[in-house]
Amino acid sequence: MRHQIRVEVNGKSHEREVEARQLLVHFLRDELRLTGTNVGCETSLCGACTVWMDGKAVKSCTQLAVQADGCSVTTIEGMKQGDTFHPVQEAFWECHGLQCGYCTPGMIMAAGALLKENPSPSEAEIRQSLKGNLCRCTGYQNIVKAIAHAAQGGAQ
Amino acid sequence: MKRFEGLEKLTGRTLFIDDLPLENCLWGATVRSPAARGTIRQVRVPNHLEGSGLVLVDHRDLPGPNVVSLITDDWPILAAETVRHRYEPVMLVAAESRAAARRAAAQIEVVVDPLPAALDFRQTPTAEQIQVGDDNVLKQLKIERGEVDEALAAAPIVVEGEYETGAQEHVYLEPQGMAAWLDGEVVVVHGSLQCPYYVESALTRALDLPAERVRVIQAATGGGFGGKEDFPSIVAIHAALLAIKAQRPIKLIYDRGEDMAATTKRHPAWIRHRTGLSEEGQILAHDIEVVLDGGAYVTLSPVVLSRGMIHAAGPYACDHVRIRGRAMMTNSVPFGAFRGFGAPQTLFAIERHMDVIAKQIGVDPVKLRRLNLLTDGQATATGQVIDDGTDRQQVLSRALDLSRFTYKRSQHTAFNAEHAYLRRGIGLACFFHGAGFTGSGERAMKSLLHVAGLADGRVEVLSASTEIGQGTTTIFTQIAADQLRLDPEQILIAQPDTWRVPDNGPTVASRTTMVVGRLIERACDNLRERVGLDAAATGTELQAALVAWHEEHPDEELLGSARYQQPPGIEWDDETYRGDAYSAYGWATYVAEVEVDLRTYTARVIDFVAVQEIGKVLNETLARGQIQGGVVQGIGWALLEECRWQEGGMANHQLTNYIIPTSDDVPSIRVAFLENPYPHGGQGAKGIGELPLDGPAPAIFNAVAAATGVDPRVLPLVPERLMELIEQ
Ligand code: FES
Ligand code: FES
Repeated sequence: MRHQIRVEVNGKSHEREVEARQLLVHFLRDELRLTGTNVGCETSLCGACTVWMDGKAVKSCTQLAVQADGCSVTTIEGMKQGDTFHPVQEAFWECHGLQCGYCTPGMIMAAGALLKENPSPSEAEIRQSLKGNLCRCTGYQNIVKAIAHAAQGGAQ
Repeated sequence: MKRFEGLEKLTGRTLFIDDLPLENCLWGATVRSPAARGTIRQVRVPNHLEGSGLVLVDHRDLPGPNVVSLITDDWPILAAETVRHRYEPVMLVAAESRAAARRAAAQIEVVVDPLPAALDFRQTPTAEQIQVGDDNVLKQLKIERGEVDEALAAAPIVVEGEYETGAQEHVYLEPQGMAAWLDGEVVVVHGSLQCPYYVESALTRALDLPAERVRVIQAATGGGFGGKEDFPSIVAIHAALLAIKAQRPIKLIYDRGEDMAATTKRHPAWIRHRTGLSEEGQILAHDIEVVLDGGAYVTLSPVVLSRGMIHAAGPYACDHVRIRGRAMMTNSVPFGAFRGFGAPQTLFAIERHMDVIAKQIGVDPVKLRRLNLLTDGQATATGQVIDDGTDRQQVLSRALDLSRFTYKRSQHTAFNAEHAYLRRGIGLACFFHGAGFTGSGERAMKSLLHVAGLADGRVEVLSASTEIGQGTTTIFTQIAADQLRLDPEQILIAQPDTWRVPDNGPTVASRTTMVVGRLIERACDNLRERVGLDAAATGTELQAALVAWHEEHPDEELLGSARYQQPPGIEWDDETYRGDAYSAYGWATYVAEVEVDLRTYTARVIDFVAVQEIGKVLNETLARGQIQGGVVQGIGWALLEECRWQEGGMANHQLTNYIIPTSDDVPSIRVAFLENPYPHGGQGAKGIGELPLDGPAPAIFNAVAAATGVDPRVLPLVPERLMELIEQ
């Protein structure tokens, strides 16, 4: 079964016919060639595939492409506006919030969504809210630091 | 200095292998054994799949021998007559889409007539379970020094203990994956890997091709931790076989479940200690037995065993030491390289054992360690005299200070007396980690490295060392820039590609900064000499000289080179296992504070201090990151990560039920360095990558023992196990 969908991704509107069972993450990666969103588990556990759907963080391996019909999706590729990095990207860079980089796009999307809801989270709140995003390299410390840093910057 | 490749990773522009656009490609998938051991009776391919355009490959398609080249030629690329573990690859398929390939693989049935499987490495195999030699022993080693039996008999106190550690899955966040295609006569393999030349030699042998017809390129790699040292050779050969048969490009990307079920893991271990001591607690004799579960094939088990054994007596002085070790073949997935490489297992045992001794003879655990820590002039288990000038007592003191060890201990006594269900405790571990290959490994490797002086005055480092997240590109840039007095922007780091970079050894064994970093310095010196400059030359002078050289030698390549030279005074005997096992050691003390909830039987680490001496710290941010990441993997191994086995296969091969630490499971890791530059390491550095895996587990176990009074000896300490101990 195929469906016609219209999705706005990173500010650009896309109309496509998709298989009913196609996952949003595969739609983004395979159809739109937005490969910044990574796949680490396909079981909703690792968070590497986190994107925003209508501004909220979702794991794109748990959404069907058809569910995104009429929605606005933001991926890691949409975070940098022209030459300006998103404050969370900036903070990950400043605080060395990455090593291999595989979890990084998902982490940045999750962190960005957190800061929209809670502009000045405590360390405990940051750690709690990142529970759905696994990182095997950093031990999380610099990721947590980066988010706290971005929160301070964002409060200006 | 910031991460060299950081901006790409932050913006999603990094191309991991699954991201690589590949025209006209097919997708591969692997058909695997359902049984732990048996004879393959039949591989049933359903009729509708035959002739559907599906590409099928089995062992008969191999041009070369059916072995993955590593230490021993026993690891088949595709099982032929028999299988030795569940999920062993038997057949490969390729189809037009990832989903179609996976569907097809799931429909192909491998019918196996089962044979008795050896599933417990601690048990002597029965006659029907024997598959290797006459005892299933894959490798046996012995380290012996002094008169152990006499010393034990004469010792006033002997303390015994048995310790066990479980398997650990790497869970690099990017699963294994390779792309392969044909470029005319040449087989090109591009993928997620740590060691391009391991893959190259495995490919040339399996495909029966000369090195000129095989090209291996590393893609951006989403974590390795040893898991992309041995296993990528198999994925690479599989992808190449499919590409050759299909005559089309292939992507072979594992999903998480397949990756966790089928790839190598950390060796489970059983370790027994018998320690002779004086009344005060001085160690007089060690009798240690180390048994590793090697799994179905040898892979790297002999070297994991030897590193484990060399670290088994800990960083302590003792004149009478016997360490016997063996790696057993079992019908489970082959165990392989994992950060620490045998040392975390044996250091867990000795450091837990030290606390067991302390309790048994009534000596403070800190005092016991102080009394026995190696001082310069004393020898390790292999007879290596340590003389590096590091103040190991100071490393310990620093960790005690930072963690406020003594104060916390007294606080906990009061806290535990009051609280209804929470118990707190603090524990420590003193340890060391040998950097670089064991014994004669570096000498045998004869690593070669080039730096190229380019026509525009920039310099490119040509090295096979891979960036897998640990920061290789940044450190290499920094070392080359410093050595040549150039701005870091003037340094390029070549993508590891066997057609472009020489073989400076694999990216393993914490050797990259220390050993390869030193090669970069020397190759830079050589480059400068080649353009007639001496060490006093400024960067500007060098760049001018490079440009001038190229004007005089159009279209020629200008290379500075360096080949590994063993530091003076290193002696090692592979026969007797005596001598200088490593050219340098990192020294560390880690302290863990835990809180145990008696209602849920969970132990949580609430504070962690990691103090280490690792030579010169070249980039403190990167070094801290390595330690923090390693400690958190160690916390996972100690408390959360349990591979549950079912008929030799990992039953919980998904992230839903194999639990690794989240941000909410761990505290901030407080890291401190003591610096004692190592004259033969890159800029004075010693290896660092693996060390942080060694300390967390024993420190945590000692803390749990202090908190609750139980005596945990089997890792991981999951709630079920802790419940049993507390209820007893
Ligand atoms: S890939 Fe979606 S959560 Fe792991
Ligand atoms: S940086 Fe490697 S998984 Fe997070």
